[in-house]
Amino acid sequence: MKTVTLTLNKQPELYLECNDITPDAFAGKTPAEIAAIEIWEGKQKIPLGDFFTVEGSAGATPAETKIVVAGDCTRVKRIGQQMTDGEIVIESDVDMYIGGWMKGGTIHVKGNADSFCGIGMEGGELIIDGDAGHHVGAAPRGEWRGMKGGVIRIGGNVGNDTATFINGGTIVIGGDADIHISTHGEGGTVIVKGNAKGRVGGQMVKGEIYVFGTIENPLPGFKKIETVERDVEGVQAQFDHFIGDLGERHPKSKGQPVYAHLYVKA
Amino acid sequence: MSEIIIKNGFVFDPLQGIRGDKVDIAIKDGKIVETTALTNPKTIDAAGMTVMAGGVDIHSHVVGPKVNTGRLFRPEEKLFQNIKKTGSRMEMGTSIPSVYKTGYDYARMGYSYVNEAAMPPLHSPHVHEEIRDTPIIDISAMPVFGNNWFSLEYLKNNEIENNAAYTAWLLRATRGFGIKIVNPGGSEAWGWGLNCANIHEPVPYFDVTPAQIITGSIETNEYLGLPHSIHIHPNNLGNPGNYVDTLETLKLAEGYTAKNAFGRTQVMHLTHLQFHAYGGEGFNFESKVPEIMDYVNSHDNITVDIGQVTLDETTTMTADGPFEHHLRAVNNLKWANVDVELETAAGVVPFVYSANNKANAVQWAIGLEIGLLAKDPMRTYITTDHPNAGPFTRYPRVIKWLMSQAAREAQMDAFKHRDKVIDVTNIAGIDRELTLYEIAQMTRAGTAKALGIADMYGGLAPGMDADVAIYNLNAESMPSDAEEIEKAFSRCAYMLKDGIVAVKDGEIVAEPAKRTIWVDVKVPENAQVNRDIYEHFLKHYSLKLENYSLFEEHLHNPRVIEVNAAE
Repeated sequence: MKTVTLTLNKQPELYLECNDITPDAFAGKTPAEIAAIEIWEGKQKIPLGDFFTVEGSAGATPAETKIVVAGDCTRVKRIGQQMTDGEIVIESDVDMYIGGWMKGGTIHVKGNADSFCGIGMEGGELIIDGDAGHHVGAAPRGEWRGMKGGVIRIGGNVGNDTATFINGGTIVIGGDADIHISTHGEGGTVIVKGNAKGRVGGQMVKGEIYVFGTIENPLPGFKKIETVERDVEGVQAQFDHFIGDLGERHPKSKGQPVYAHLYVKA
Repeated sequence: MSEIIIKNGFVFDPLQGIRGDKVDIAIKDGKIVETTALTNPKTIDAAGMTVMAGGVDIHSHVVGPKVNTGRLFRPEEKLFQNIKKTGSRMEMGTSIPSVYKTGYDYARMGYSYVNEAAMPPLHSPHVHEEIRDTPIIDISAMPVFGNNWFSLEYLKNNEIENNAAYTAWLLRATRGFGIKIVNPGGSEAWGWGLNCANIHEPVPYFDVTPAQIITGSIETNEYLGLPHSIHIHPNNLGNPGNYVDTLETLKLAEGYTAKNAFGRTQVMHLTHLQFHAYGGEGFNFESKVPEIMDYVNSHDNITVDIGQVTLDETTTMTADGPFEHHLRAVNNLKWANVDVELETAAGVVPFVYSANNKANAVQWAIGLEIGLLAKDPMRTYITTDHPNAGPFTRYPRVIKWLMSQAAREAQMDAFKHRDKVIDVTNIAGIDRELTLYEIAQMTRAGTAKALGIADMYGGLAPGMDADVAIYNLNAESMPSDAEEIEKAFSRCAYMLKDGIVAVKDGEIVAEPAKRTIWVDVKVPENAQVNRDIYEHFLKHYSLKLENYSLFEEHLHNPRVIEVNAAE
């Protein structure tokens, strides 16, 4: 695997939209060609080289390409959007839409990420060491076919509306989660290692949620049916098992009604 | 203005009976003229190409509040797809394209006229603002009458003259084109969460049946002598077994003949017939097209359009409020619903038609059967009930299926439930392939005649608008690969609107002025109707009568069709 290092050398006046900082766009290109890739600042197209110094070289294919983004990227959006393979490491905090519509490969953010990271994700792995904003792994606006696969790991806390319309894949939150988890969910798994604020699993039809801490305001649409022992993320523990959302429709599978499952550590 | 002569093309003009002959088409000052009238024309060489009049779409939902609701609540449809700028404005959207994309896409397919299928009268300003913003194509819009309190009251008492006076008033107030009826009585019943189960069940609280609404509307239409007939979306759309209601609805036209000065011969246009030709029960529904088309073929005071399912992801939208509520319970997707005061209702639900779904595949077959079993292509038209059964941009694909048995078989082979679909439909036994002449009948000549505008649109006779579509199809040696047919109809070689080349090689090159077509009917002064209107607005409307009628500034480049029913 070959590595391209991008270093942000000046702060943009507006925010930079860098959906072409992906192994897919970089693969097979020389550093000069990479520097010529156009990014957006507001309504203007600007060569990537105007803001970033480009060092190293890209691999022949996305799978053989690693991108390291250094410098303070708090005003940089959309890195890794729709990437299919390869690796991206972001050394600092970063703005919105990191790893949006990602299909494969890995992204590792060593700081915090703003909202919409991993939105519409289909595959791959997105790791954020710090906190993330709202709409982590959620469906894009209007879309009812949300996250389909892949893994998102957030080290810290997340904002609200995590995993809206989730259909598959896994989201692990190391800290606390604000309101609305897996709203309208029809699959997938969300694990909250800290506390959840409320509206957990609202209108959820299928899928799983694990909460290691407490839910401040649980929904009345979830009913406790048993206490079970589970091994979740390497932790063996007793969980209270709830089914729901009882206010939603319940499709049938092999004659049995399907419910969403919520497990809260007992 | 400039002179143009289109030479060497194979011309198909059913209104003049021209069947692929090499005829020169002469254009001067935006009109078709005799070739002798030209002095120094520019030549368009159409050698090896097919020349037709600009397409005329009889039924499509392209402008107005429910279309815009669809645009607003489906942002996902604009994500990473179909966003481009080739004309003067940005284009976006797929099943519900932006106004600009709508105009450009119709022009690229060689269409010059679209009849908006349902205008809620109260929201006519919105409709006309979007008509103004839809480039190139001329548009008319039909206000919906079939659930309107005024009409329900008048028709209950069989007061045809009063209903006619009200109709004339509403056409003028909304700058509308004709009488649209959607689920007669049922959409009004929806205000109470109900529907009308069949055409003889009285509308709750109104004591009038859907059948009475329909025959009363026919009588009203012929009393006024409007260019178009009543345009009906009958009861029980989409319900298995509904072909019975459809046949009963069609039979209501028996005994009526068209009275008008516009060359129209039908008294009823029944729209998106595909949704109304189902037998059987539940998901085991089946095609009843032969029964229905036998009836349509033998009664020439009826016209129909197909409403072909194109097997795409789309957005359904109709003034049939109860149907949309039913649909959202089928697919559990988002749903928008509105009641329009005394007039109508509407709903919007996204829908995914899939080749892997047996029901959708049966619907696909039923639509094509209608086109293929039609004995008179001047009375059976190609539509997709855009965007309900599929986007209008799929017309070229529908044409491909109708023109090529091989293309139909290829699609059937791609069905997951191929054999089950063949069992309950007749499509596999039909080897008919429509000709270019029949396609021209189904897409421009027939539709223009049914709309009563065949003196201006849908043909290439001297004196008519110089709206011409030139397709890259050699009529003498049609391509063996049906995909070429779809390609040629998708992006025409040339499209001329009022004698100006708007599309060349499938790209927009100019945006000639577009018009709004509406019908102004003179009726005798009717004091009772004037008083009824005044009173209803005072008691029941949320706005004052003075603010209801369309303001002139909303009306864009009007072309008025005048009708005198006062004598």
